[in-house]
Amino acid sequence: MKAPPFQYRRMETLDELLRALAVHGEAASILAGGQSLVPLMNLRMARPDVLLDINRLNELSGIRVEDDRLVIGTLARHVDVLNSPDVRRHAPLIANAMPHVAHDAIRNRGTFGGSVALADPAAELPACCLALDAEIELRSQAGARTVPATDFFLGAYETACTDTEALVAVHIPIKKETVSFFEELSRRRGDYALAGLAARASIIGSRLSDIRLVFFGVEDRPLRAKATEAALEKGDAAAAEAALEVDLDPINDPQTSSAARRQFSHVLLRRAVDTWLPKGTIDG
Amino acid sequence: MDDALDITLTVNGMPVTRRVPVRLNLVDFLRHELGLTGSHVGCEHGACGACSVVVDGDVVRGCLMFAVQADRAVVETIEGASENGRIKSLQDAFHDRAALQCGFCTPGMLLTAAALLARDPSPDRKTIRGAISGNLCRCTGYQAIVDAIETVTKSVGNDD
Amino acid sequence: MTEAPFRAPIGEDVRSPRAPRLLAGRGKYTDDISAARIAHVAYLRSPYAHARIVAIDRDAATSTPGVLLVATGAEISDDCASWRGTHDLFPGLVAAEQPPLAINRVCWHGEPVVAVVAETRAEAEDAVELIEVQWEEFPPVADAATALSGPAIHPELGGNIGFETTVEAGDASAAFAAAHLVVEERFRFGRHTGVSLEPRTILADYNPAEDSLLVHQSHQTPHQQQDLFSRLLGIPEHKVRVVCPDVGGAFGLKHHLHGDEITACVLSRKLGRPVKFVADRLESFLSDIHCRDHEITARMALNDEGQITAMEVDDLFLVGPYSQYPRSSIAEGNQISRLCGAPYRHTDYRAHLRMLYQNKNLIGHIRSVGHPLAAAVTEGLLDKAAVCLAIDPVELRRRNYLRDEDFPLTSPGGIEFEHLSFNACLERILEMMDRPALLAEQNRLREKGVYRGIGLTTFVELTAIGPEYYGGGGQHISAQEGCFVRIEPSGMIRCMTGVTDQGQGIDAGIQQIVASVLGVPVDDVRVESGDSELSPYGGGSWGSRGAVLGGETALRAARALRRNILDLAATLLQCDASALDIRVRNIVDATSGQIRMSLAEIANTGHFKPFAFPKDMQPALAVVEHYASRDRLFVAGNGIQASYLEVDPETGFVKLLGHWVVHDAGRLLNPLMVKEQIRGGVVQGLGGVLFEECIYSAQGQLQNGTFADYLVPMAAEMPDIEVDHIETPTATSELGTKGAGEAGTAGAMGAVLGAINDALSPFDARISETPCTPDRILRALGKI
Repeated sequence: MKAPPFQYRRMETLDELLRALAVHGEAASILAGGQSLVPLMNLRMARPDVLLDINRLNELSGIRVEDDRLVIGTLARHVDVLNSPDVRRHAPLIANAMPHVAHDAIRNRGTFGGSVALADPAAELPACCLALDAEIELRSQAGARTVPATDFFLGAYETACTDTEALVAVHIPIKKETVSFFEELSRRRGDYALAGLAARASIIGSRLSDIRLVFFGVEDRPLRAKATEAALEKGDAAAAEAALEVDLDPINDPQTSSAARRQFSHVLLRRAVDTWLPKGTIDG
Repeated sequence: MDDALDITLTVNGMPVTRRVPVRLNLVDFLRHELGLTGSHVGCEHGACGACSVVVDGDVVRGCLMFAVQADRAVVETIEGASENGRIKSLQDAFHDRAALQCGFCTPGMLLTAAALLARDPSPDRKTIRGAISGNLCRCTGYQAIVDAIETVTKSVGNDD
Repeated sequence: MTEAPFRAPIGEDVRSPRAPRLLAGRGKYTDDISAARIAHVAYLRSPYAHARIVAIDRDAATSTPGVLLVATGAEISDDCASWRGTHDLFPGLVAAEQPPLAINRVCWHGEPVVAVVAETRAEAEDAVELIEVQWEEFPPVADAATALSGPAIHPELGGNIGFETTVEAGDASAAFAAAHLVVEERFRFGRHTGVSLEPRTILADYNPAEDSLLVHQSHQTPHQQQDLFSRLLGIPEHKVRVVCPDVGGAFGLKHHLHGDEITACVLSRKLGRPVKFVADRLESFLSDIHCRDHEITARMALNDEGQITAMEVDDLFLVGPYSQYPRSSIAEGNQISRLCGAPYRHTDYRAHLRMLYQNKNLIGHIRSVGHPLAAAVTEGLLDKAAVCLAIDPVELRRRNYLRDEDFPLTSPGGIEFEHLSFNACLERILEMMDRPALLAEQNRLREKGVYRGIGLTTFVELTAIGPEYYGGGGQHISAQEGCFVRIEPSGMIRCMTGVTDQGQGIDAGIQQIVASVLGVPVDDVRVESGDSELSPYGGGSWGSRGAVLGGETALRAARALRRNILDLAATLLQCDASALDIRVRNIVDATSGQIRMSLAEIANTGHFKPFAFPKDMQPALAVVEHYASRDRLFVAGNGIQASYLEVDPETGFVKLLGHWVVHDAGRLLNPLMVKEQIRGGVVQGLGGVLFEECIYSAQGQLQNGTFADYLVPMAAEMPDIEVDHIETPTATSELGTKGAGEAGTAGAMGAVLGAINDALSPFDARISETPCTPDRILRALGKI
């Protein structure tokens, strides 16, 4: 399985990247870690005419805290996110998700931005972004904009990032006194999830509020179970179970039925609830 | 004709300059351009680990990088790691414990194990299994490999 | 003269002599080998399970720069005969003729149709995409019901039943009618494949100047390939050479003929250049031989004391559209129909087998052919009976096992068993696993809503098949073995064997035998294999024959050389050869151990100074011996496996906690190699029962062709596996060794299936379909 022919351009500056995107649009793909793109190219399922290699854009690789936000540069490697004390402190949900992302060799090259921009329905990081109310920073020749995660993931491998834009960073609001929960069900370590839950809530006294329950691997995009969140906010675990039936419309595939995914989602919800109620664990 | 680019990199301590088709991946470059056939190709989609090589100090999938991306990089293959002696304890342990049969996964396993021990000199068996969970072996069933790596963690000095 | 006893290093844990170079990254696998002017082939493969090829437009492909040749099935068939996978021992087996590439019609998703040869593989793949094929889809035969009642894939065969037979002994109907208890189960065993990490690879180099063919191939049986290429390509046999260098895993997969591989030879002849084919992972899943696609209904009759009185099996064996070549596809079905119930005393038996053609990839031999299913079916029924009768499953086995005094016997399935050690293996495994402790833990945890299960599976393994099976079957598959041994002038030993080594450690075993007989350190012996021109004619390695047959032959060859050496030494030393022995590189007095001369000295003299010997004595410092086992069809081994696992009834996920194997492979040449073979075999069996499945749609299209969706066992989910041995040597050979390579796979499936059902028993739920995915377990539990 050899990749089809393409033109290769090594980007030396962000401006060069944005110019190239303006010129080539959908004929170009950004090569960051390549851990998802290159398999697709080898399988000849992805066929960009132009490959824009951004691996020398060091300015995009940092992880830093800016006021009340954790900013993860698009080129931050998974391994660096995994080992980052700032991520551990300010976004423990992501820190807990990282060991589930593929394997060491993949994490050495794969990037945070690459995973978010790919929007695989079974990926961990898009779900974490959604659960943490992240804002996705996009740049183009025309300028910059941020898109809230809730508006970013539009479908399987489909995001709000247009063909002439590049995802440059993800901004994660830092919230105090939150609890988080991350678990995924996969047949083998490092596999994409058959179903997963990335969840976060604020805890005031013994009341949960501002709950985010994001299921991944269940539908064609990470899904906030809003009715379920509302029921949990009222502290009604039974109503939350019922609401989950309304929130979810799981996908079917040759190995795992939608019914099984539905069952998995209920199990994950129950585990989150058991972790948080009646007493939660404070993160921040 | 494919687009081609000149690249200059260091492979196993030696400088290498070549003109390569841009779509040639790193492991194919190492194997067929440089004759370093110790890294193997098992899947070309990053799942099996047979193609594992070290680029700028990190174990990576050689099938998921294009050779042009390795311009200016420092690359080490199993041949280099073997010749410079840095994995000798692991090789001896693998040999002693019969932690290889057909040998096809072995170079990837050795480099992955060496990377594990470099960051965690005393991993338990569960950690070892987790660290090699991205390297497919079809012959050994993994136990002998775990045993061999565990032996090195307990031995008097790692090489690295 | 006294023959040398089985002294060290026979029986020792000698490490594989291949290992040092493999550890250094200096192995030589077929894709590591190149040739001047090498070209590469890629294939256009059928996207449909069943379709007519209406037209092929290859103009764009042919005129692409870098492309050397584009060939259709008809053009390949001009230069290569087709084949038919029949077997004379199964005269009722009907099979269609199969061409190397499809002509006029494709019969499975992935069947190769057009070959494109280019300077690079990438360019060949580019050109494949430019070929336009017009197809006319036919409805596929993609399940048992359609195979039985639908139109014949090959009208000339009259239907899709490739073979049907009934194996019978006694009166099963009467036994069932009179039974105190009848247990029945329907099993569905999912299709899977071998998955060698090194894909199928061939480098074919035809020399038009002398009509010779040199092939490097990742394969198990170089002499078989020499024969096939010679006959099918019409090249004189002595001008065909097949070299199998280091092979990155084979597991039976690589002893078949695949059309895309022989086509590379045809292309090389057409072009006059070497042509290489490497099956990429996608085409491996599509077209590597598959295995284990069966629907089995089975019943067991027992009396009120829990004794098995009869067993009945109906096996719907779903193969591809063709019977594989050269061995035919029948073996799994044949083994299952004869091995169900094998460990147990009973006289009434019936097995009905139907081998059905389908429009899916071909079925052949993958590690432990049919045995895992026979064991899983038998043990599954027995465990079910144990529950019904409220008898402990271990006790039920004890009551029914064939005992030492029952042997030798011919089983109801028609198999001759010399001796099998079921009770000894059972008692040993119970000790190893500490079953009472596991049972106590299981009970304690059930109270807490944690569900663990213990499963046991007894198995029989037929190994080292003799010449009657394939020779009698009309197939050119050698079951005799050859071994060449030579002493170099310096006293070092060269050995060339007709068996091959894909990592099993057979080289080490041969090395040990030769070293033992010749009295030299094991490192003084170098074993080479895998070259049809240089290796003595033999059968390669498959069916757990390598150590048994290769070993016995090496024993004979080494002894012959030893005799020659001692005859020479005796002449020089003026004594009787029987008074001498060879120990640690020296000719010694057999009684006192006194060194008389060095081995090197006799070798040097024999090679360079033959005038030291009487004129009528010609030093023969190299010998070749051949050996075929004549007494029996195969050597049977046996064993038992146990699995301890946990099932999460909420998710259907299974966690493997422990695994044990006790195995009887007769005399162990190398316990370390055998133990590791068993561990590897177990994990392949665990893959088949929990993870691996080739999933076809209702339209007969393979749905999962990458490692992302065909799940093979990886390290994090596998348990440690404890292995122990009982040694009951076989009397059918001097070494007394039985094959062991497939034993791990034979019992793993049944053990895990049994353990899962044990874990699910509080829920009155049972699963009898593999792989046991979370989906299937949840359905068995009624959760979905």
